[in-house]
Amino acid sequence: MRFEHRQLSSGLTLIAESNPAAHSVAAGFFVRTGSRDETPAVSGVSHFLEHMAFKGDELYSADDINRIFDEIGARYNASTSEEITMYYAAVLPEYLERTLELLTTLMRPSLRQDDFDMEKNVILEEIGMYDDQPSFTCYDNAMATHFCSHPLEQSILGTNESITALTSEQMREYHRQHYHTGNITLVVTGNFELETLLHAAEKYCTRIPHGEAGRPLPLLQPEKRIRLVTKEDAHQQHIMQMGCAPAGDNPLRYPAELLSVIVGDDSGSRLFWEIVDPGYAEACDLGFSEYDGVGAWMSYLCCEPETAAENLERCRLVLEDVISNGVTAEELEQARNKVAARVVLRGERPMGRLSSLGGNWVYRNEYRSVAQDLQVIRSITAEQIHDVLQQFPIRMNTTVGVGPLAELTVH
Amino acid sequence: MTAESESFQLSSGVTVVFEAMPHSESAAISVLLPAGAIRDNAGRVGTASILTEMLPRGAAGMSSRELCAALDNLGLQRHLSNSSAHLTFSGATTADRLLHAVPHIAAMIRSPHLEQNDFLASRDLVAQSLMSVEDEPRQQLSRMLRKCAYPAPWGNPSDGEADDLPAITLDDIHEHHQRYCSPRETIIGIAGNLELSAVRDSLEQAFGVWSGDELPQVACGDVVPSPCHVHHKSAQTQIGVAWHSVPVSSPRYYDAWAAVSLLSGGMSSRLFTEVREKRGLCYAISASLSCLKDEARVMACAGTTPERAQETLDVMVSEILRLHEGITEEELQRCRARARSSLIMQQESTSSRASSLARDMYLLNRIVSLDQIHEHIRAVTVDSVREFILQHPPQDMTLVTIGPAALDPAITQGAAS
Repeated sequence: MRFEHRQLSSGLTLIAESNPAAHSVAAGFFVRTGSRDETPAVSGVSHFLEHMAFKGDELYSADDINRIFDEIGARYNASTSEEITMYYAAVLPEYLERTLELLTTLMRPSLRQDDFDMEKNVILEEIGMYDDQPSFTCYDNAMATHFCSHPLEQSILGTNESITALTSEQMREYHRQHYHTGNITLVVTGNFELETLLHAAEKYCTRIPHGEAGRPLPLLQPEKRIRLVTKEDAHQQHIMQMGCAPAGDNPLRYPAELLSVIVGDDSGSRLFWEIVDPGYAEACDLGFSEYDGVGAWMSYLCCEPETAAENLERCRLVLEDVISNGVTAEELEQARNKVAARVVLRGERPMGRLSSLGGNWVYRNEYRSVAQDLQVIRSITAEQIHDVLQQFPIRMNTTVGVGPLAELTVH
Repeated sequence: MTAESESFQLSSGVTVVFEAMPHSESAAISVLLPAGAIRDNAGRVGTASILTEMLPRGAAGMSSRELCAALDNLGLQRHLSNSSAHLTFSGATTADRLLHAVPHIAAMIRSPHLEQNDFLASRDLVAQSLMSVEDEPRQQLSRMLRKCAYPAPWGNPSDGEADDLPAITLDDIHEHHQRYCSPRETIIGIAGNLELSAVRDSLEQAFGVWSGDELPQVACGDVVPSPCHVHHKSAQTQIGVAWHSVPVSSPRYYDAWAAVSLLSGGMSSRLFTEVREKRGLCYAISASLSCLKDEARVMACAGTTPERAQETLDVMVSEILRLHEGITEEELQRCRARARSSLIMQQESTSSRASSLARDMYLLNRIVSLDQIHEHIRAVTVDSVREFILQHPPQDMTLVTIGPAALDPAITQGAAS
C-alpha cells in the first residue's frame, strides 16, 4: 500500500492509495456539500443536483454518460448525505483514464432546462418511494427534530413542495457556490499506475473552478422533544431516539464507535440480548453518527405498537446501566475483534476502501492505512470508553415515532 | 487467468467446493443446507424461517451468548438466511481465523439447542418481521410476485405466512431440523487465503461423521392466480411482472442472461432508458433473472405514483415485448463488458466467491471456473440472443400490483391497451 497526496495545478486535492494486489481501481469525487448546506428555499437541491450531474455537458449527453460507463463495465453511482455528495466508479485498471474523464464531466454539468424538468419527476418519485418506507420517514423526522434550527435538520430529499418549486437557476447558483476546488477532493484507490493517474487527473480536472472551503459549524443546543407521525393502517411502530455524541473531529469518536457496538450492534450487544433476543422487538440497535462539528447517538426500535412504551423503558434502563457501570473487559475485547474484522473485510475491495479513505480526508485531512486503523482499534481502553460516557452519556433527548401510535410516554 | 477451484466430498457425503485466493487477507464460508421453505409442511409455512432464527441460540455445550462471543472474538461476520431451497449460513473473517470458527458453525448446524423459550421468541420475531413487510409495499411486492410466478412450494414466501405461524410448534422445528439439516445435498463453498489440506481436515473433522436420511421429493402445487392486486394506501403503486425463462443448467442460459441484461443490465439498458430517463416515470426500475434448479423466471419491478402507474406498466411491458427488436452489437458488448468486470471484481471478495462456488455447485452439480463463464459470455451473439427471445417470448405474464388502485392488465395479456 502506498499513499499519495497531491495538489493538482487547478488547486484540486488528489489523494490515492495504491494496492497492486487489487483487480480493480475505484475513483470518486467527494464534494463537501449536502443538505446541511442548503437554505429551506432550495431544500433537496444537493440531491437533485447529484442526479443532474449524470445529464452531461456540452460534449456528452446523458445517454453518452450512461452508455460509456456501461461500455467500460463500470460499477458507478452517486450518493448524497447531509454533508457529502459522492460520485464514484469502480473499473478494471485499464479504464481509469476514461473513468476520470467521465467523473470530471459530472462535476461540470450543463443543467439543461429540459433535463431538469424531466428529472424533477424522478426525484418526486424517489420521495414517494421513501414515503412508503416507515423506517426512512422515522429517520428523516428524527434528524429534523433533533437538529431543529441547526443546519443538519434539512432533509436530504427535500419535500414535494420544495422540489416542485425549485428552479434550474437556483440549482445553477447552488452549483456555482459549492462545486469548486475548495470543496472537492479526488480519491483513488486500488490497482493503478501513479503516472497514468497524475496525467489523467491533470488533464481532466483543470475545468473545476477555484474556490475556498467553508461551512458554518454551529453547535447544537439539545432540547427534549417528542414527535409522532401517525400512520393508522401500519402494523409496526418505528421509534428513533437521538442524543449528543462526539463530533467528527473529536478523538473520542473511535471509543464512541466501539461503545455503540457493545451497547447496540444488531447482534450480540446489550440491546440485542435485552430486547431482540427475547422477542420483544424485531429490531433494537444503537448507532453513532459523526458530522462536521457535532455528533449523535441514534437508537432505532421496531416493535408492535402495544409494547413500544415498555420497550423504550427497557432500552433506557440498558443505557442507564452502561452510563453508571461502564462496560466489561470481555465486552470491549469482543467489540475490538468484531470491528477489526469489519475494517479488514471492507478494506479488501477498492470500492469498500474508497469511502473510508475519502471520508477521513474530507472530515479530518488525515490519511490512515488499514493497519493504522487496526492499531487504533486494538489500543482502545476501558478508560477511553469511560471518558465517552462521562462527556457524552447515552441519554436521548429526541424521540420520534412512526406507526399507529398517536401517544407515547417517554421517561 | 483465474484461480482453479476444487471440489471434494466429506465422508458424510457433504460436497465441498474450495478456491484458494492467496492474495486475499480474508476467507469466507457459505453452507447451503437443503432445509429451505419448500420443505415447510402445508399450513405451516414459516417453519424454516423460525428454525433460521433459532439456530444461533446455543449449540452443543455453549449457550447462545457463549456461541455469539466465540464467533465475535474470531471476527466472524455472519449471516443466516433462508431461501426457498436452502437454509444458508455465510461467514467471513481474516484468513487465519476462519477455520477456528468451523467447529462452532458445525455445532450450530448440527446440534442447536432448539428450546421452548427460544422457539416462542423466534416465532414472535418472525411474526413481527412479516408485519413490517406488510407495511412496506416494495417488500410485499417481491413476496407476491414470487407466489404468483412459481407454483407452491417454490412460490411460498421464504419468510413465512403470518396466518400459518400460530400452528407451528417446537416439534415441527425439531422435525424440520432433523430431516433437512442433514449431510445429503448439503454444499459448502469456501474461498480465501487458505491451504486445501487444512480446509479438508477442518471440514472433515466438523462435518465428516454425520448421517441423515434421503430427502423426499418436493411435490409441486398451484400458483396464486394473477393479475393480482393488493390494496395499500401507499404513496406509490408497486408493479411487478414475471415470465418464464431458462435455468442455469440450460444450454441457452447465457442467451437468457444477455436478454435480461439488455433490458436491465446498466443505466444504458432499455428499461432504465425508456421508463426513467426518457419519461421520468419512476425512480426504481429493474429486471432480474430468478433461477431455481430446474426453472427460471424473469421478474421486473417498478414503483411509481398512482396517476402514472398505468403508463409505467404500459411502457415497461412494451419494452419487454419488443426486446427482440433492434438488438445491436454495441448494446450486447456493453452487457459483456459489465459481466467481465463484475466477474473479475468477484475475485476481490472471498464472500462473493464462497457463495458463488456453493450456488453453482447446487444449480449445476459441477464447478464453473470464472474463465469458463468468460468464454460463455464471449460466445453470446446478437443472433443467438434474438433467436432465444423469439423462442422464449415474454408471454403468459404474471402481473402483481400493490397500491391504492388496480391497473388495466391488457398489455400483459397480449393486447395493447
